[in-house]
Amino acid sequence: MIHLTVNGREMSLDVDPDTPLLWVLRDELRLTGTKFGCGVAQCGACTVMLDGMPRRSCVTPVGMIDNASVTTIEGMEGPEISAVQAAWAASDVPQCGWCQSGQVMSATALLRQIPKPTDEEIDHAMGGNLCRCATYVRIRQAIHDAARTLEG
Amino acid sequence: MTLLSRRRFLATTAGFTLALVLPTPFARAQGAPPDLPATPNAFIRVGADDTVTVIIKHLEMGQGPYTGLATLVAEEMDADWSQMRAEAAPADDTLYKNLAFGAQGTGGSTAIANSYIQMRKAGAAARAMLVEAAAEEWGVPASEITVRAGRLSHPGGREAGFGAFAAAAAERAVPQDPPLKDPSQFVLIGGQGKRLDSAAKSDGTAEFTLDIYREGMLTVVVAHPPAFGATVASYDDAGALKVKGVEMVRQIPEGIAVYARNTFAAIKGRDALEIRWDESRAERRSSSAMLEDMARALAEARVVEESGDRGALGGAAEVLEADYRFPYLAHAPMEPLDAVIEVKEGRAELWYGCQFPSIDRPTVAETLGLPMDAVRINVLLAGGSFGRRAQGNGHLAAEIAHIAQAAGRDGAFKLLWTREDDLKGGYYRPMTLHRLRAGLDSDGRIVGWENAVANQSIMAGTALEAFMQDGLDPSSYEGSNDLPYDVGARRISWARVESPVPVLWWRSVGHTHTAFAVEVFLDEVLERAGKDPVQGRLELMTPEAGRYRGVLEKVAEIAGWQGRTRAGRAYGVAVAKSFGTYVAQIVEVENGGALPKVTQVWCAVDCGVAVNPDVIRAQMEGGIGYALSAALYSAITLDGEGRVQQSNFDDYRLLRIHEMPQVHVAILPSTEPPTGVGEPGVPPLAPAVANAWRALTGQPVRQLPFAQLLS
Repeated sequence: MIHLTVNGREMSLDVDPDTPLLWVLRDELRLTGTKFGCGVAQCGACTVMLDGMPRRSCVTPVGMIDNASVTTIEGMEGPEISAVQAAWAASDVPQCGWCQSGQVMSATALLRQIPKPTDEEIDHAMGGNLCRCATYVRIRQAIHDAARTLEG
Repeated sequence: MTLLSRRRFLATTAGFTLALVLPTPFARAQGAPPDLPATPNAFIRVGADDTVTVIIKHLEMGQGPYTGLATLVAEEMDADWSQMRAEAAPADDTLYKNLAFGAQGTGGSTAIANSYIQMRKAGAAARAMLVEAAAEEWGVPASEITVRAGRLSHPGGREAGFGAFAAAAAERAVPQDPPLKDPSQFVLIGGQGKRLDSAAKSDGTAEFTLDIYREGMLTVVVAHPPAFGATVASYDDAGALKVKGVEMVRQIPEGIAVYARNTFAAIKGRDALEIRWDESRAERRSSSAMLEDMARALAEARVVEESGDRGALGGAAEVLEADYRFPYLAHAPMEPLDAVIEVKEGRAELWYGCQFPSIDRPTVAETLGLPMDAVRINVLLAGGSFGRRAQGNGHLAAEIAHIAQAAGRDGAFKLLWTREDDLKGGYYRPMTLHRLRAGLDSDGRIVGWENAVANQSIMAGTALEAFMQDGLDPSSYEGSNDLPYDVGARRISWARVESPVPVLWWRSVGHTHTAFAVEVFLDEVLERAGKDPVQGRLELMTPEAGRYRGVLEKVAEIAGWQGRTRAGRAYGVAVAKSFGTYVAQIVEVENGGALPKVTQVWCAVDCGVAVNPDVIRAQMEGGIGYALSAALYSAITLDGEGRVQQSNFDDYRLLRIHEMPQVHVAILPSTEPPTGVGEPGVPPLAPAVANAWRALTGQPVRQLPFAQLLS
């Protein structure tokens, strides 16, 4: 049995401990906002918060995170995620949309750490999130916009 | 109106189908009017809550047809943008044909172009029906009713939203030929309406294929052959069946399918398979050997365009010559291929990002031995495609149908291709060789031009072979002929080579390589003749090339063009027309070590009437990033045993955020009919970068990707 707190809910799961967190979230818990893109931590589409820090769920066996707290895009709350999602919609960042949950998670984690990031800090924090539609110009803009919103 | 399910709704309104005849190029070419669906009700659903839902006949894979087609409808309905919604049309080619293809499908950057009149007529008809219903209810002449921002009103003081008359309007006859607005009256077309799908794509609620879970569904992964054209000789599934969660293993024509209760078990089960492959008919050549064979094949190239004096090159003062080599490219959409099927009591229902419903639906029906009307395809959002889901042979539809069939029972099955399956699975942009020759006279004037192209055909051997003419596949060489330049005597030829490696259209298709070969070689020739790249191109442009000239002049203006180099940076230019849209780009390049670092891109686009300017900008930005990714890094290569050497994003490198240049887009004002923007942002980028790199380093670029420079 694996014990996890997912989006604030405590649960015990009878799954193979090798199973990547990604597939537990999707196949067992039907939290489908977290996406599969590569399976080897190269694209960031599967990014979730693990004990508050961004983590690639596709390479995180659940057996290694027993008793951890996981937050997916469905369970995110707070001013940063709200500002990021509002900025994403206002700038029409998404094209196909597949990678954007992961982008939003990484951007939110960035703004929690650095409220007013520079372009270099954005590059550093977002470098692990691929976007095949290359919405990068707008991702950068939307992060700056969200930072301004948070500044008040 | 909203009480009815959509299927029932379409059934009850099918009697309203109009026979509008629109002048599409395809219809003219066929010499017969297209079989046109034009009932507004097949495309528009008005809710009692005033929402207007447009049923979108094109796959939304990021390029914005949900927003674009809804804009066309909203404009003629005089709707307010906030009341607009979009949802995908199911596979049904009696109602939802692409008028450019004569079949239901998305591709060739045709969504806006083929829908421009059709969707506006649907909107205008719906508006007229709402007005008539209101006129009857209010007892006033229809001509006295005005519609603005989704509100019907009469000078007598009556006012209502669309929802109040939705039910009554649906009962009215559909106007045969509703008048359309003059473009000067447009409010939403050319406006700043936001995309309809941004919010759901920012909070994880947008539903894609992989998000579908049916009762009792099994997840399936397939062990595909390790070499193209190999088949299963024998296999042992004992290890796979021991994996907890694996339910069964079946051989299907595509390989060995592992069915499991969850995704991880399916993947683990596949890893535990032991398979012996028969590679006697497989491609065993390396990609470099294949390129050498292409060079030999050029001797047999067939002429596709020829004009002027055949002896022009022989009489030239100087002849320049260059070969350009292009690798196989994987599309690598972020969502790999996937599909869900549920077979129950002689019916099959599917859910996936289906790009060619008119090919896929009969493929499923035929495979399962079902009548067409027993197959329903629910078209979902696709997490990118770039051509990957536009399969002339319906191979994904066939694979999911084979999976259902081999299960030997009713049930629901989800097929997932992993990233490794995606990159190793073929359907690549064809590897291509161009051999260019140009002759200059003693004044440096171009007197002759030859371009011989060798590659595989995309259409041959698929349902689209009918589009080939006399054995020629224009998608192999499009863009090498029909040049905007006067380059003297011309001879363009194509050599078709064959291989078991399957190939497919990749965002801008033939233009991915022809624009590079033409615009890089021309740039080298202009340099040799001592000409400025922008001025030299303008001087060569024919009188018919006005729209090429327009974008080139515009891009030079916004980039502040001053020549090839300035303050340690270099600038390169290229211009290309693809899918009816004209794009010119200028790039600013720094030396990033062994590879170019592209810092800025200026882009001028002429796509006729700009329906959604911000979507056009987004497609230029995205096309530039997609093209730069391939230009710098991407290649699928085969080793000496014909095995693909790349497997995931660690060795099939894609552009990341720190490599994305700033992009400045100018959209040329135009009253020409709109053309597409999904692909045309791609072709000029790589040649512009190569031209800048040559200016910066003196190093000509004759092979992509640039990363070849590192080896």
